[in-house]
Amino acid sequence: MSIVGKSATSAKFRRNRWLLTAILSLYFIYTFMPLFYVITAATKSNQDLFSTFGLWLAEDFQLWENLKTLFTIQDGIFLKWMANTAYYSSVSAIGAALFATFAGYAFAKYSFFGKKLMLALVLGAVMIPQTALVIPMFLMLSNLGLTNTSLAVILPSLVFPPGVFLMWAYIDDAISNELIEAGRVDGAGEFHIFSSIAFRMLMPGFATVLILAFVASWNNYFLPLVMLIKPDMFPITVGLAQLYSTAISGTGGVLLFTVVMTGALVSIVPVIAAFLLMQRFWQGGLGAGGVKA
Amino acid sequence: MTERALKARPRNRVIVNKTIAPYLFLVPFALFFVAFLIVPLIYAFDISLYKKAMVGGVKFVGADNYIKAFADPKFWEGVGVLFKFAFLQIPIMVATALLFALILDSGVVWAKAFFRISFFIPYAVPAVIATLIWSYLYGPAYGPIGQTARFLGYEAPDFVSPEWILGSIANIAQWQYMGYNMIIYFAALQAIPTDLEEASVVDGASAFAFATRIKLPMIVPTIIVTVVFSIIGSLQLFTEPFLIQNMARSVINSNFTPNIYAYNLTFVGQQPNYAAAISFLLGGVIAVVSYVFMLVVNRRNDR
Repeated sequence: MSIVGKSATSAKFRRNRWLLTAILSLYFIYTFMPLFYVITAATKSNQDLFSTFGLWLAEDFQLWENLKTLFTIQDGIFLKWMANTAYYSSVSAIGAALFATFAGYAFAKYSFFGKKLMLALVLGAVMIPQTALVIPMFLMLSNLGLTNTSLAVILPSLVFPPGVFLMWAYIDDAISNELIEAGRVDGAGEFHIFSSIAFRMLMPGFATVLILAFVASWNNYFLPLVMLIKPDMFPITVGLAQLYSTAISGTGGVLLFTVVMTGALVSIVPVIAAFLLMQRFWQGGLGAGGVKA
Repeated sequence: MTERALKARPRNRVIVNKTIAPYLFLVPFALFFVAFLIVPLIYAFDISLYKKAMVGGVKFVGADNYIKAFADPKFWEGVGVLFKFAFLQIPIMVATALLFALILDSGVVWAKAFFRISFFIPYAVPAVIATLIWSYLYGPAYGPIGQTARFLGYEAPDFVSPEWILGSIANIAQWQYMGYNMIIYFAALQAIPTDLEEASVVDGASAFAFATRIKLPMIVPTIIVTVVFSIIGSLQLFTEPFLIQNMARSVINSNFTPNIYAYNLTFVGQQPNYAAAISFLLGGVIAVVSYVFMLVVNRRNDR
């Protein structure tokens, strides 16, 4: 390549770099705008929310007052919602990730009778509409007197088919058959091989499924909406949605407008922080699933 | 020595374990899968064959609920909404996710890690909260978009009018899930061996041609899988319209999507039997659409 050609290429390269970075920056503004709005709205009084520009702070900085209102309305129910969410999501995520890991290991490292049928069932499960599952589940659990309990929200969340597929793909790549075969030759039992050799190696995949199951349970709205009646059992999603309907229906709830956004802010900050801290896991793990697919 | 080694390797036991072990590993998942998936489905199918009688309990009506659902315009209107929504939302999301993944993969831009991570962040925001935030942004009085329009002397756009409602919901989905798809495409692109890249640069292929002609076709299987999941997700639309209903009562009715319809039939209309039939029919629609999509795509790929 001649020197002239090279400098021409790099001029073009530099122009492309500016152009493409600009395109990404525009999308970044779009991505960031709603999050920025949550911050500004949470710092305003209800009056200012209506009378000042949405994407800038008002002179009257009301964040502390809003937080105080948020944590004291209905005898501090918001704190209860946060605790419920943390409890439902962590128990669901740990259980779902463990079950998915065992099942994924079975699918990745063994051939057995009924394997194809079981895989097809798990894949088909993704297509079932939520209402087709949750409504009959509600009717069944209410016959057993189990609705409006934490079990009604946690137990169904332990079934996490995407986690099974992810672990299947991950284990298939991360643990060689030779290694397992070597364990067998040494006389180790199947469970011993799993717990002492395989489990350590599949930890990154496990962490990914743990995060995804946590997010799935944390995001879940329909299941707790149907299963729970008492407000002090609600997770944040159902609670905030209810606060919002109160605010917008105007039944003495105008006061709640900024409080709903303050609640949104308080509940997304820890999860975004957790995502940033654990990015190594979801980036690697999502990749494994995608490439395998 | 040899004899001892052979004894230490009880071959029979190993074979037995290898046969039984996979089932034991599957037991916990399978147990819950049956209890919270198979059994509710069977139960739903069972109740879908009954109907509340005018006097005393329920009576068996066979396929009546399904026949009624098949002819129910409220159900098919909802399906129509879902189709419009899917056709609007999925192509835009997949196209932007692919574009950004290719840009990030090409390594031409600054701050690659920053963009990759920040585009993914909305995925961590629950759909409920994302919908609440966007409802505020759409608000005519307190939403910054309406405020800007009025400041510039225009009327504040009505984001929840019948014409705009699907676009407004699609925008929420775009905001939430674009980054997730982008990360998956990006990982698939990164997994393509780099010697291929060197070979084609020697060939003199430009970066753009390389990205679109060589890299893109290699991740088509990944794209197909994500589209199928997006189709399934779109056809189950519930949370976003259910919440936006608060600010758009006249636009989002009780049968706006089939899932909303089934929910209202059960908890408002006290017709769980008919709701079960509606849910099953929706499941059938999802299965057919996913299957047809795979069929069309695979046929085109074979050619």
